[in-house]
Amino acid sequence: MSGKVLISVKNLQKHFDGGTIHALDGVSADIRKGEVVVVIGPSGSGKSTFLRCLNLLERPTGGSVTFDGVDITDPKVNIDLHRQKMGMVFQHFNLFPHMTILENMTLAPIKLLKKGKAEAEAKARSLLERVGLADRAGAYPSQLSGGQKQRIAIVRALCMEPEVMLFDEPTSALDPEMVGEVLEVMKDLARDGMTMVVVTHEMGFAREVGSRVIFMDGGVIVEENTPAELFANPRSDRLKTFLAKVL
Amino acid sequence: MEWFDRLKADFYLNFIQEDRWRFLTSGLLNTLQITLFAVLLGIAIGVVVAIVRSTYDKTRDELRPGAGRFFLSLANGLCQVYLTVIRGTPVVVQLMIMYYIIFASSRNGVAVATLAFGVNSGAYVAEIFRAGIMSIDQGQFEAGRSLGFNYVRTMQYIIVPQAFKNVLPSLANEFIVLLKETSVAGYVTVRDLTMGGNIIRSVTYSPFLPLLAVALVYLVMVMFFTWLVGKLERRLRNSER
Repeated sequence: MSGKVLISVKNLQKHFDGGTIHALDGVSADIRKGEVVVVIGPSGSGKSTFLRCLNLLERPTGGSVTFDGVDITDPKVNIDLHRQKMGMVFQHFNLFPHMTILENMTLAPIKLLKKGKAEAEAKARSLLERVGLADRAGAYPSQLSGGQKQRIAIVRALCMEPEVMLFDEPTSALDPEMVGEVLEVMKDLARDGMTMVVVTHEMGFAREVGSRVIFMDGGVIVEENTPAELFANPRSDRLKTFLAKVL
Repeated sequence: MEWFDRLKADFYLNFIQEDRWRFLTSGLLNTLQITLFAVLLGIAIGVVVAIVRSTYDKTRDELRPGAGRFFLSLANGLCQVYLTVIRGTPVVVQLMIMYYIIFASSRNGVAVATLAFGVNSGAYVAEIFRAGIMSIDQGQFEAGRSLGFNYVRTMQYIIVPQAFKNVLPSLANEFIVLLKETSVAGYVTVRDLTMGGNIIRSVTYSPFLPLLAVALVYLVMVMFFTWLVGKLERRLRNSER
């Protein structure tokens, strides 16, 4: 494994309801620069919780997340500054419906990175160009299809020039015919060398683009390997059962 | 046509003679002025209270003990007291307490009434607005935070503008409700529309036309503003798609 460690997760715990429910039960993982880590697993396995703990949208109840050498679970750390460098894409897009596409994309760069309007808009337009939506800059989110919304959500996060992109089931809410266009953008991003952590049910994507696949079940990492190895030679019974169902 | 002649005479007596219609027009101006500024004050108070209350509801489980949580709890407690007291007592009583106790030295009835109705309206606007904030999808909040906005900025840029749009029709309705509620301003010597009609009645000893006129003016205004709110609602709905 090359590349420096960007995110280091140590013994991450997330307990709900006074400790009766263990969504995460001691998860450790390193995410290196330039890696595409794909997280798979049955629903309720804790994979989304794991991802949401990486930028502290979900506060872990134990363990640590170190990003760029800083333990961001430390209450004294200003998490907002670190989140600027961690882009996130949600299952339900979460575009801001009261703003145009261009405003969606330039709000954070202008307000947080103190970029000029012209500079932020130029950057946004070039990203829109890249995902083939240059003509929709003035549209509102409600005027777009699901696939278009998700592509916009991806480039909105990219406008902040993040060091890592987190994807929380980015294609699960899409009609089947729109999955492809979103995965294309993500593949393009991976080819560009972006560090990515992707929670998904798209096994094809995991196989083709993933540099590493993590299989989670019951709040722990059950198996972790290169996609070729993991899909061809699953070792645990749980992974075998899971793959039999989804492949 | 004897009754018609009587009506004409009555009309002349109540409205034309000594320009008595002016009691109604100047009263109407006072009513509108009190209502407008009270609603603006109510929105200002309501937004602040709603943000404090929903911030408390959303974050109390996550905030660690410290000064921030202490002040938030304190602010939330004050807001609770305000809401309970204002919504638990009649507006006329609040109005008289304002005029005869708190601002006993002031003889500016219109200003005191505006303040009293604004403070009263704020409690109702706060609950309207809190419902508006709570109705915004949690994903919007997470999207804002994930970009790096802090809690306050996320509220400012993302949540409040959407909530405001959602509750605009309810706010407009609050204006209509308040328009009628201000009719008790006469209790503190304010010459509003209702008081105007009552003054005419007390001079002419003929209650029928002045009070009917007052009722009619309220009705026309309420119907007009209701029609406006309907138009506003339709436009807001259309801009969603």
